[in-house]
Parts: sequence; C-alpha cells; structure tokens
Amino acid sequence: MRREVPIVVTFVSGILFLLDYFIKIPYVSENVVGQFLDWAIIVAAFALILGAANIFRIHIYKIVKGKKEWWNSLILLVAMLVMAVVPIIWTQQNAVYTFLFKNIFENLNGTMFALLAFYIASAAYRAFRVRTKEAAVLLVSAVVVMLGATPIGAKIWSGFPEYSGWLQTIFTTAGMRGIMIGASLGAIVTALRTIFGIDRSYFGGQ
Amino acid sequence: MLEEIFVVNRLVLFGITVAIAVIMLIAIRRAKKGKKYFIRRIAGLEAIDEAVGRATEMGRPVHFSPGIASLSEETAAQTLAGLAVLGYVARLTAKYDTDLIVTNRMAEVLPITEEVVRQSYLSEGKPENYNPDNIIFLSDEQFAYAAGCMGIMSREKVAANIMMGAFWAESLIFAEGGFVAGSIQVAGTANTHQLPFFLAACDYCLIGEELFAAGAYLSQDPMQVASIRVQDIGKVAAVLLIIVGTIASTCNWPVIIDFLAKFAS
Repeated sequence: MRREVPIVVTFVSGILFLLDYFIKIPYVSENVVGQFLDWAIIVAAFALILGAANIFRIHIYKIVKGKKEWWNSLILLVAMLVMAVVPIIWTQQNAVYTFLFKNIFENLNGTMFALLAFYIASAAYRAFRVRTKEAAVLLVSAVVVMLGATPIGAKIWSGFPEYSGWLQTIFTTAGMRGIMIGASLGAIVTALRTIFGIDRSYFGGQ
Repeated sequence: MLEEIFVVNRLVLFGITVAIAVIMLIAIRRAKKGKKYFIRRIAGLEAIDEAVGRATEMGRPVHFSPGIASLSEETAAQTLAGLAVLGYVARLTAKYDTDLIVTNRMAEVLPITEEVVRQSYLSEGKPENYNPDNIIFLSDEQFAYAAGCMGIMSREKVAANIMMGAFWAESLIFAEGGFVAGSIQVAGTANTHQLPFFLAACDYCLIGEELFAAGAYLSQDPMQVASIRVQDIGKVAAVLLIIVGTIASTCNWPVIIDFLAKFAS
C-alpha cells in the first residue's frame, strides 16, 4: 500500500491536470482541478513547517552537543525566529521588520548575487585556457562576443559588433534550440513515465 | 465545434503528447517481450561512480543538490530526473559507507529526498547508516540556499559535488564553491541559460535531454530504457519538421506558419 497509493494519486492527478490543460471539461476544470490546486498549496505550506522543523532539529542538536562552530547555528536560529515572529505579531510593515529586511536581508542577498561577477571571471579563466582545439575556438568566440558587446570593441574594429551578433544569432541560437528541443522531449517523456508509474525513482531504493 | 472541446492553441502540443505516449507504450510493450534498446554512453553519468569512489578514498562526504525548482512548475520534470540520480548516488554511498549530504531549497522536495535516501540505504541493507541529519532544508530563498550550500561544501570539504535538476543564477556559485572545496563536480540541467556555467566550471555536465535519460540509464530498467526511444524518434521528427519549415519559409509558403499560429501559439 505504501507504494500503490502514491502511484494511484500520481496517475489520477497527473492525467487530470494533463487533460485539463488541453481539453475543456466543464465541471472538472472549474471544480476538481481547482480543488487539487488548493490541496497542493496546503501540502506545500505544511511542507514548509517540515522544513522549519528540519532546520530546528539539526541546529538545536549542534548547539546542545557543542559541535564545531555551534554559535553559527545559534545565530541562524535567532535570526530565523526574529524574522518569523516579528511580522506575525506586528505585520510586515512593522519598522523593526522593515529595518531588518532592508539593512540585513537585502544586503546579504545582493552580496551573494554580486559574487557571481568574480565567479564568472574565475570560471572563464579556467574554461578559456587553450589546451584543446575546442577551447581555442571557445576563447576566440568569447573574445569576439565580449569585444562586440563593449564600446571599446567597436573603437578597436568596427566589425566586432557585427561578428558578435552573427555568432550569437546563428551559432548560439541554433545550438540552444537544439538543446531545447531535446530537453522538451525529455521533459514530456519524464512526466509521462512518472504519471504512468513506469519511473518510480522518487520512492528510492530502485 | 473544435473550439468548444479543445484549447485550440494547444492542439499541436496535445497531438505531440498523445503521439509520444502511444509510441512510449509500444516501445515498453516491445521491451517487455524482450527487445533490447541501445542507449549511448553518457560520460557524466559514468563519472558519478568515479566521484563517489574518490570521496570514499578520501574519507570525505558527497554533496547532492536536486536543484531549486519545486514539483509544481514546468521545471518539475528536472527535479524528478534529479531525484532519480539521487537514488543511485545514495545507493553508492550506502554501499561504500560514505557520507551523503543532500541540501534542499524547496520544502516540498525535502520529504521526498529523505525517503529516496532512506529507501536507498534500506535496499543496500544498511538502514543503520542512514543519517537524517544529512538531509538538510536550508532556505527557500535562492541566494540564502546558495550561501548555505557554499558553507557546507567549504566546512565539510566535500570530495564530490553532484548537482542534478533545475538551476538558475546560483549554478555558478555552487560550481565555484565546489571547485574551491576541491570537489570532483558532476552537474546536469535542462536550463539552457545555466548550461554554459556548468560546462565551464564542472568536470562533467549532463546537457538537457541527458538529464532526463539519467534515471533510465542508471537503473538499466528495460521499460525505462525503452521510453528513451521516444526521445530519439521525436528528435528525428523535429529535424524533418525543421527541414520542411525551412523549405516552406524559403518558398514563401505560409501554410505551416499559419497552422502553427492557430494551433500552437
């Protein structure tokens, strides 16, 4: 039963959503599918409680056992509690919450995003090292595209923007479309395998 | 009449889905009767054994991320494909007594990853080695999750970093974090905008369709392998359509474009 019930639920809900996407089924579309969507939202909300419980269990254990760098776990739990409790009690427009959100959360988020600039540089350095013919082609194309996208490129040679655009619209677009066609077919097949219960890897142990 | 029953602008997709389902069921039926389908070697998936083996030799953990997509979006198939790989990785880590750390961004994926890993340890006969504290929900905030993953990779000095699923801007943060930690990195995604980052920063990369074939490839289940056959037939059909479309456009023949504009917009 542990396996049969999820397979039946997956099949019924999968077929229902699939048909609803393509076919207008008067009662089913308005009531049944809408009801399923509401259930999905409720299940996701409960899953968030499970997620929070997972965080608490792991970090309280670290603090109690005095594991390495346990104070980081303490900071995490305090921050999590404050950010959760303050808006629940005093709403999200509360001055304390707004202050914490704008001055801590947004800055930390921005910092992580900004790290990408440095990571792109280091990854590009590794990728562009000319060790093979393919890497040489990659390096030359990348230099043309980069120079074509910057004002200095056009100053050096007026052909850079034109060739940069040509590389992107012809080669990159063709390659990306090929990958997208393959990926789309793969996604449809994976979805059908899951709906028909052929792929049960989400149970594990197979 | 057609408008009353069908969502007209999705008719082409409906036809493709039905055709794929029928061909898949025929291929599976043939596989059940004993027909063997060939599946080409996928280097990125072969490398998983090497990556877990390396982690075992070094006595360091393996990190797995199933991506940051939920199970209710158009990218859900990527998460499911990632979970299939997770099952395989968990069986390997169970077999070799290596620690496996799974980090989650979506709360609804957490119970599934827990179950996949637990069942994998059970099937390898080592349920006592399953550590629920290693299946971690970090945050549903994209960059908070990325920061958490980087911290774990750095602190635990993971020897293998396996990322399979849908990734967005955090992909390069993970890949560089894994590189700094000295991990062997295997990644896979169908998000074309992130593929260049994985290709540049990881040791092995599954591109698009390879991610969706991973479950069948790793399980070697004849029925799943048979379903991959549909992808090949679909690709042949796509190539033929591209040729026909190119000829039609070149000859200024608008029938195909008009048909697609009406039934596949």
